[in-house]
Amino acid sequence: MNELEKMLRGELAVDGARAAADRFAERAAAEGLLDVAYATVDSPLGKLLAAQTRRGLVELAYEDRDADALLAELSSKLSPRLLEAPAQFDDVRRQLEEYFEGRRTDFELPIDWSLSQGFTQRILQATAKVPFGQLATYREMATKAGNERAVRAAGNALGSNHIPIVVPCHRIIRTGGALGGYTGGLERKEFLLKLEGVLL
Amino acid sequence: MAIPPFQTFLDSERDTVFRFLVATVGPDEAEDCFQETFISALRAYPRLKPDSNLRAWVLKIAHRKALDLFRARKRRPLPVEEVPERAVMASPNGSSDVWAVARDLPTRQREALLFRFAADLPYSDLAEALGCTEEAARQRVSEAVRNLRKVMQ
Repeated sequence: MNELEKMLRGELAVDGARAAADRFAERAAAEGLLDVAYATVDSPLGKLLAAQTRRGLVELAYEDRDADALLAELSSKLSPRLLEAPAQFDDVRRQLEEYFEGRRTDFELPIDWSLSQGFTQRILQATAKVPFGQLATYREMATKAGNERAVRAAGNALGSNHIPIVVPCHRIIRTGGALGGYTGGLERKEFLLKLEGVLL
Repeated sequence: MAIPPFQTFLDSERDTVFRFLVATVGPDEAEDCFQETFISALRAYPRLKPDSNLRAWVLKIAHRKALDLFRARKRRPLPVEEVPERAVMASPNGSSDVWAVARDLPTRQREALLFRFAADLPYSDLAEALGCTEEAARQRVSEAVRNLRKVMQ
């Protein structure tokens, strides 16, 4: 390659590119073009990937989920206008922090339920009403969702919960007292129940 | 294959678009043009066909934004005491200097240089961005390089 082409390909102050891209999400939000915002939030249970739409919190995933696959799923199911926008998550971050420090028993965050439908959505909405520090059974949730015999389906619905911790599927256990399963693994379920004073 | 999430697209194209804009409009206005470019892209993004050439597409938008800026600049009278840019370009010794000189080439040649070297498009994509054949794109680039060399000697 000759000298001239080298100069034409030379460094063109690309250091500005990253900063410009970082500012872009806020500009997109101001223009009303940010359909799905996401950010990582720290917690004692590891990093959480949080996503929200204009309607509310739509996803809160434990770090063992594959982030790229998750973002691709949100993009295709909700909207490809999806950007990392940490500044949009001050509320979520603060309320989670308070919860993990034992200073908050209720989340006051609007929820976007659109990733679940029908029976699953009714199970999750019933679960959202189970108070801090209390337990309920899969059967009770199935009953509240309108089909008391659909206990196994209730378990599956809770397993597909997109917003654990805030929609407290960890408070749902088997009839007879066994803990049952948990999206983020049983250790996390135990951690949350200890935090809420239910388990010793 | 669905189109990627916008953040993925932004991450993979931001350096190319920024370089292209610094070369086209200069470092001072590159940031504004960058924001305008990606806002336009974001507006149209959900309607994009899944197999689109995203790089060529966003560069075409960036190019359009740069032209908008040039038109706005022409309408805006320059302060009289401003030193003509060419005066300091007698002996260019860096990338941004070369690009400042390239800005005075005929439009078709300048565009060929920008897409080829600032945006680093392969000739197949270059043809798409310029709306001509690959052969014509090659000719435009070599003509532009020849001319630029002449201007700089």
